[in-house]
Amino acid sequence: MTTATAVWRKRGTAALGAGAPVYALLAVLFAALALTNPDFYEPDRFLAFVKRTAPLVILAAGQYLVVVSGEFDLSVGAVVTAGVVVAAELYGSFPEAHWLVISLALLLAGAVAGLANGLITTFLRVPSFITTLGMMLILEGAVFYWAGGSPHGVLPEDFRILGRGSAFGWLPWAALACLAAGVLAVWLMRSDFGRTLIATGDSERTATLSGVRTHRVRVLAFVLSGVAAALTAILVGGFSGVSAQAGRGYEFEAITAVVLGGVALGGGRGSVVSAMAGAFSLQALFTLLNLQGVSGALESTVQGVIVIAAVGLGAANWSRLRRTRTRSSGGTPS
Amino acid sequence: MTGTTVAPSAVLKPDAVRRSRLADPAVGIWLAAAAVIVLGWIVVALAGGQLLTRTNITIILSNSVALGLVAVGQSLVILTGSLDLSVAYLISLGTLVAAETMASGSVLTAVVAVLAMSAAAGLANGLIVTGLKVNAFIATLGTAFILRGWIEDNYTGPAGKVSASFQHLGYDRIGPIPVSIFLLAAVAAVLWFITRRTRLGHHMYATGGDEHAARLSGVRTRRTVVIAHVLCSLCVGAAALFLAARLGSGAPWAGTEARYDLDSIAAVVLGGTALAGGRGGVLGTLGGVLLLAVLDSVFNQLSIDPFFKNVVRGVVIIAAVALYARRGSRRTA
Repeated sequence: MTTATAVWRKRGTAALGAGAPVYALLAVLFAALALTNPDFYEPDRFLAFVKRTAPLVILAAGQYLVVVSGEFDLSVGAVVTAGVVVAAELYGSFPEAHWLVISLALLLAGAVAGLANGLITTFLRVPSFITTLGMMLILEGAVFYWAGGSPHGVLPEDFRILGRGSAFGWLPWAALACLAAGVLAVWLMRSDFGRTLIATGDSERTATLSGVRTHRVRVLAFVLSGVAAALTAILVGGFSGVSAQAGRGYEFEAITAVVLGGVALGGGRGSVVSAMAGAFSLQALFTLLNLQGVSGALESTVQGVIVIAAVGLGAANWSRLRRTRTRSSGGTPS
Repeated sequence: MTGTTVAPSAVLKPDAVRRSRLADPAVGIWLAAAAVIVLGWIVVALAGGQLLTRTNITIILSNSVALGLVAVGQSLVILTGSLDLSVAYLISLGTLVAAETMASGSVLTAVVAVLAMSAAAGLANGLIVTGLKVNAFIATLGTAFILRGWIEDNYTGPAGKVSASFQHLGYDRIGPIPVSIFLLAAVAAVLWFITRRTRLGHHMYATGGDEHAARLSGVRTRRTVVIAHVLCSLCVGAAALFLAARLGSGAPWAGTEARYDLDSIAAVVLGGTALAGGRGGVLGTLGGVLLLAVLDSVFNQLSIDPFFKNVVRGVVIIAAVALYARRGSRRTA
């Protein structure tokens, strides 16, 4: 009986892992939201919240794959902006195009951007921070050069339905997309790919010696992150329309969400569900600050304090629980 | 450990030493900058312009000052194995503090106030990274958000006024050389001396190379990281003072519009400093800054679309770092 409980507890903590603080944070934020605004849990309101959060959750899932393999993807914000602008430009040239064709083209373009990131990072051995920073400059520059400085055109209604519409009249398509991305990510992380990805992030050399094709695994992670960013672009374009600012700051928000989820920058630790919970926490925090009437400007101050506090708290708990790891916390993985 | 040029010269033939000097990214980037100047001069001449006119040289140099000041500070932090993403907002806040203090007080109090505020921000960054053990990326991103909220809550547009005597720093020049370049040279010289000739500098390289090994060897790694952050922020404060002198008032967008955070990191890495820490130096960073400034000037002369400029910048940064990575592997092989 006692052993059974012990085993169960062990499994529980293992499943939650370093992500445990994020669930506590999420619970606190949801409780605070309920106290501030009892209507928050009305189905409509809550689904609207999920709809607003879906893009960040999908981005966080993609970013998680890259971060857990020990890299960064700073280009996702630019991919989102580029995706929205490119969709508008494509509709400008082919007004009759089916929304599915345009969406698939965007996803493919996202995959190509991710593939370039991955190949440059692994085969040319450029630190991913620099690769994806360069990709961000290139994408933003190229897209606005093509669009002639500012995006124009409109996205037709059938394209925007994924971002703003609802299935069966009540379930937002964005929530479904978010759920699908989540299920897919969990399935991926339980497959061979996921296990080798975490092994690669934990210790590339050990993984290589154990027969993992680390380059291939990392490239695939970048490709999936690019696809996730393109999917986000479709949702964001549908939700808020064409804008040059569509993806601005998303790269840092996604990384913040992933880190809030207890995923270690530098790779090898953390779960994808925690990363997505991190995205929900971040959006819940924004919503709470809005409801509390904190001015939009101070919002980012509170965000900064909470992120530092949450990560600092996580780091402190972790080192107390397991003293074995002495890996340097500063610096960036190359 | 103390950089890439160190080689046991007694064992190696002079030829090998010369080759290792050439392989030093700091030398490579200056050669690359020279090559870009020559190529740019030819291209601009073919297009019927003049790259190296007196006014143009002045523009290139004074454009290098702000990024140069931030980037040399950033190199220190990166050398030590950390990172500072808060520099852009710190610059904005610095210009605002400088201009507002000058509007009501003397120039000296303004300079002291900006430097004190910068040092405090650097101290906070350093303590969060070392004390709370928050990854430098997240820690400095967090302080960047905090500063941003503070700025956006208190300022909506340009504020304060920089006194006329202080604006000399922004606009005066001796021949074609702006006086502000001497500020950059002085700061860079001090930082070069600290990194290469003092115990603190060696500790920085050691901490960046392998923090664990450094600590076991008796280096106070935490203190070293904190000091690196404070020095970096002081450089950022100097950049803010220069920009305030240049703009004539404080501006909330002074640091963010030019993306000093990411650009300074790009310049540092272009200069051959390893992003993971432990290798590189201030001199290479200056070469990286010069290269970026010359490229900008060439594009302006050819009146190339500003968006296309970003594309070329991205390609140059990635290509340069890919070259370093190749060269590094060949040397160790």
